[in-house]
Amino acid sequence: MHSPLKLFQIWVYLQTQPLLWLAVTLCVWELARAVDRLAGHRALSNPTVMSILFIAALLLITHTSYRNYFTGGAYIQFLLGPATVALAVPMYANWPVIRRNFAAILVSLTTGSMVAAGSAMLILRVLRAPRIVTISLGPKSVTTPIAMGISQQLGGNPSLTAVFVMITAMFGILVYPAVFRLGRVTDWRARGLAAGVAMHGLGTAKMLTLDDTAGAFAGLAIGLNGLVTSLFLPVMIVIFGI
Amino acid sequence: MIRALAILLLCQLAGTVLQEAFGLPMPGPVIGFVLLLAAFFVTKGPDTALHDTAQGLLKHLGLLFVPAGVGVVGMLGLLRQNALALLIAIPVSTVLGLLVTGTIMQWFMRRAGAPNA
Repeated sequence: MHSPLKLFQIWVYLQTQPLLWLAVTLCVWELARAVDRLAGHRALSNPTVMSILFIAALLLITHTSYRNYFTGGAYIQFLLGPATVALAVPMYANWPVIRRNFAAILVSLTTGSMVAAGSAMLILRVLRAPRIVTISLGPKSVTTPIAMGISQQLGGNPSLTAVFVMITAMFGILVYPAVFRLGRVTDWRARGLAAGVAMHGLGTAKMLTLDDTAGAFAGLAIGLNGLVTSLFLPVMIVIFGI
Repeated sequence: MIRALAILLLCQLAGTVLQEAFGLPMPGPVIGFVLLLAAFFVTKGPDTALHDTAQGLLKHLGLLFVPAGVGVVGMLGLLRQNALALLIAIPVSTVLGLLVTGTIMQWFMRRAGAPNA
């Protein structure tokens, strides 16, 4: 029969394989989605955030190293590359609307994106945060797959960037109604674009539930913001002397 | 589905090769995204298989962020050491980003007339 020792050996064996943590991640994700549905898709029941916190707690409780977890997690993370490429599909579908408002979109988005990234990095610079933290915070408003790519490219820590991206989006979801009231932003195109620039996928999902046009503009902002940020961030880092 | 995945991966591969070859600042997948978008203008958009695979991947985009996010376990110390700076930088920059983008776009749309066209 299974002695505790035998069970321990199975546990040790599983630690060296991708199977266990790959299965755990997918199961936790499905569970988190069910909870999110039951909670009525609230900002605080975001399935990505819940899955991250739950699995992180599991790793700490079971004394599993992130390196061991990542033997399984790597298979999921790999799909971020093709998913980024796949963003071309919704972008193409929205192309007529984008072309009509292209100048306005490009100016608003580039300015907003530069202000967000620049103010974040300047504050960290002034408060003397380590260089790797400052660079990792730069792409925090960009959707995670692109943000991680940019972070890696510039010498940041992609995992740290992913955490910052999630925190930023969660915070944005909590404050955006007050900010739009304060700035008298009433146009759904403007609201959607701003939500996409400041809180990427989470903002887009939220806008889609409120207004179709806002959702389309938010989705567009994700792709464009990724492109624009990957172009200006390297320059900004040099100018700020980070 | 496999053919669609092959197309996505080929774009990513081409993007990565271009990025490495020319030392471009954009990550390989972003260049792949631009390449695919450009290809759509020639082919008049994706076929059904590519459309469905892309939408399927994007529908579960949230799952793909999880492994990276779990990396927070190795960074608790780093986050704690910089907690004050981050607690100022993230809220301030997020509010500024929302406000600046929203008000400029609002100004453009009002100037163009026809609300919410």
